[in-house]
Amino acid sequence: MSARPVLPVVSSRRRLTDMLARGTTLGLTLLALVPLFLIVYCLLSKGLGAWSVEFFTSDPTGSFLGDPGGIRSAIVGTLIIVALASAFAIPLGIAVALYLIEYGKRSLFSNTVRYFVDVMTGVPSIVFGLFIYIVLVATQVGGTSYAAWKGAVALALLMLPVVARSAEVVLNLVPNSLRESALALGAPRWRVIFRVVLPTARPGLITGSMLAIARAAGETAPLLFTVAFVNGISTKVTDRMNSLPLQIFNDVGQPQDRLVQRAWGAALTLVLMILILTLLARLAQRRSRLQS
Amino acid sequence: MEAAQITPTRRTLPRGSGPRFADPVLQGVLATAAAAVLLLIGFFFVKLLIESKPAFEQTSIVHFVTGADWVPSQKLYGALPLLFGTLVTAVIALLIGVPVAIATALYITELCPRRARQPLTILVELLAAVPSVVYGLWGIFVMAPALLGPERAVNNALSFLPFFGGTVSIPNYFVTGLVLAIMIIPIVSAISREVMSTVPRDHKEAALALGATRWEMIRVAVLPYSRAGISGAAMLGLGRAIGETIAVTILIGNAAVIGKGVFTQGYTLAAVQANEFGEAAADAVHKASLIAAGLLLFILTLAINLVARYYVNRAETATSRSVPVGMAG
Amino acid sequence: MMPPDVPTERVSPEEGKERKGARPAPLRATAGVAARSQAVASPSAAPTARSMSLSKLNAFYGSSHAVKDISLDYAANQVTAMIGPSGCGKSTVLRCLNRMHEEIPGARAEGKVTLDDLDIYGPGIDVTSVRRAIGMVFQKPNPFPTMSIFDNVAAGLKLAGIKQADTKQVVEKSLRGAGLWDEVKDRLSQPGIGLSGGQQQRLCIARTIAVQPEVILMDEPCSALDPIATLKVEELIEELKADFTIIIVTHNMQQAARVSDTTAFFYLGELVEHAPTEQLFSTPSNPRTEEYVTGKFS
Repeated sequence: MSARPVLPVVSSRRRLTDMLARGTTLGLTLLALVPLFLIVYCLLSKGLGAWSVEFFTSDPTGSFLGDPGGIRSAIVGTLIIVALASAFAIPLGIAVALYLIEYGKRSLFSNTVRYFVDVMTGVPSIVFGLFIYIVLVATQVGGTSYAAWKGAVALALLMLPVVARSAEVVLNLVPNSLRESALALGAPRWRVIFRVVLPTARPGLITGSMLAIARAAGETAPLLFTVAFVNGISTKVTDRMNSLPLQIFNDVGQPQDRLVQRAWGAALTLVLMILILTLLARLAQRRSRLQS
Repeated sequence: MEAAQITPTRRTLPRGSGPRFADPVLQGVLATAAAAVLLLIGFFFVKLLIESKPAFEQTSIVHFVTGADWVPSQKLYGALPLLFGTLVTAVIALLIGVPVAIATALYITELCPRRARQPLTILVELLAAVPSVVYGLWGIFVMAPALLGPERAVNNALSFLPFFGGTVSIPNYFVTGLVLAIMIIPIVSAISREVMSTVPRDHKEAALALGATRWEMIRVAVLPYSRAGISGAAMLGLGRAIGETIAVTILIGNAAVIGKGVFTQGYTLAAVQANEFGEAAADAVHKASLIAAGLLLFILTLAINLVARYYVNRAETATSRSVPVGMAG
Repeated sequence: MMPPDVPTERVSPEEGKERKGARPAPLRATAGVAARSQAVASPSAAPTARSMSLSKLNAFYGSSHAVKDISLDYAANQVTAMIGPSGCGKSTVLRCLNRMHEEIPGARAEGKVTLDDLDIYGPGIDVTSVRRAIGMVFQKPNPFPTMSIFDNVAAGLKLAGIKQADTKQVVEKSLRGAGLWDEVKDRLSQPGIGLSGGQQQRLCIARTIAVQPEVILMDEPCSALDPIATLKVEELIEELKADFTIIIVTHNMQQAARVSDTTAFFYLGELVEHAPTEQLFSTPSNPRTEEYVTGKFS
């Protein structure tokens, strides 16, 4: 008669360590998420109170004593500046990624470019603003000092590496067999790119671009000394223009309750815009994944 | 039977499609775009260097970096307080943020239930979607006042240590560092996650098959393998913390001094630019000094990123090593 | 499936096996031909022959010498199979025939590859023109995922830059030529990737023949297909050789025996033997060929 096999015992100390480790990592993960919920809560509780029809339809008045006004010019300004920046950055970023994937591949030049694109994502946003100040604002290019389009260029510089990096990942996912089939049909490379590669990569390119736009919409520093601040609404890109991040930044510095409340309302608006963009981008990504 | 030899005719191929120069032109255009990236960075550097020269004509480079007085009204431009503040806030951010980020990366990749993976990932990434200015807004009006009490208590309790004791102000190094920590969690976590997911399955299975608990497997197979990549991720977080401007400007108090304590006010390289650029327009030397601060910031972040990217790239493309570290013998 | 307005000279299988030289094939007066430049140099010259031949072809991947000194003729309107164990260079040779080999970074080819009397590696030859004349079907069916069935076939024309007045007609003709028309004629606007594996491969064949090449190269076209789909494609090959010269790489010897008129056996980058299929499989002259076809190694 054989004895029942006995499994070796895992010491309770080891079990305890394991449980402790699991608990700690879970706890820290939840801790990391606490600020997210806190911010959302504060934004909603303090920001919603500022929202009103007037809030969205009137411009900041700049007066300290009377009615502070709404944030219309800031919203319009953000939309214009970010749209302009995207128009610069997205084609350029995709062009860089196209070069890296379709032509450069593993050459020294493209490896260097790839490396520095990555490095560029780490450049502080204020350096971009500083650079544009030196090159475009101080030199009064275009006849004006501060201008909306100059701020857009600074934002575009910020978006460029983000777009290029994500586009490169997406273009790399296009199966090489598709390129080969197109080439074997007698297509020149430029046709292969425009008629096969880009259409196939389009969903991913859109997602990457939307995420870059969401990032740019929230940036303040590049706009500080390129667009500068102005209260009134303006649609001329050669003028100074208001924008949501700048508006919030300004209001934060003021010791007045009503201005602070406006800042919360503006912050809620901005975060909502970014959130919607981000979620749309992720949804588009999921849908395209399900389709393929 | 001899095959009749038929001479094939002179033949031509169907005409190529489209203009023949289209391909080289496209390649040239795209290559120019790619080169533009490199040229831009070089150009940044050169321009910043040129424009900051007036500052160094007045203050030597050594004095700029080591001078302890930044008082523009008296034409004193010593950037040491700025460097000090930049470093202190960054270190606090790393001390708090990196362990948390690694913990979230570990939890998401190794420990959490499958279904929770996607939602948790999205939530952590949402932390990055909050704009810097909103972090500043929330920090100064909600976090900092709320922390005042606990800060005072800790300050008094540890007053025998250097950097503690003295008065506590609402904007201070610690709060800044704390908010910075929250801001760098997404990037450090994302890259750590990527690195951890490249750990070869057989390393992990080898540990588990020997009867290791989940945590022991992580300690023995995942962490050592990911060490280089996680360091890279932490460095990227450092770069981010150093370069962060707006939240810091709001939270640090903008006092150009070398703070006596963790709960006192300070200044950073990035914040000084945001704050003083408006006024400096008139004063050429002041402006140049601010640009010099910007140059210094650029060099710092460039250096950190160059090294960090090297580690991260190496970790992400590493093929499996033969034996998990710590399991040999 | 054949152009109704043009008389075709059929080569009987026996004749084809005996003759190794070029056989004249009639000029096809279809709409697509008008879009090409003169296919004959002088009005009284004989029509195009569409044979190919290799003369001392060497191919490299970087410094690795993959294909060594191959000289080989491919008869017009015949099916030539290239067989051999993995890594013997047969796919590389195939890719040299339409200059796809050079698309791999670091790869190059030396030697002479002629379509009739034209060296396709000659100076001044436009590589996209070569690929229009010499089409290729790949191992894994790969219809363009963003396009419908109709657009996939038409893509051949669009990508090659052929201006077509009546795309619909060409698409239908190509789909008929690929034996796919009846199965898809009611769903031409559906996505190409919605078809079964065998149908997708025939769609790729339709896409290839829409461009009206002279030669069709096939790189293990059935290895990703189930037996029934394979049978359909093999029947298709038999029909296609009336209009095209077909060169097929396969690792399946039975397929080579079923489908081809002549077979070439490769080993370690060299051409070992080229003979009419029946002869190569029943009485090969080279002992290594015999070892391979009897299954001593694969």
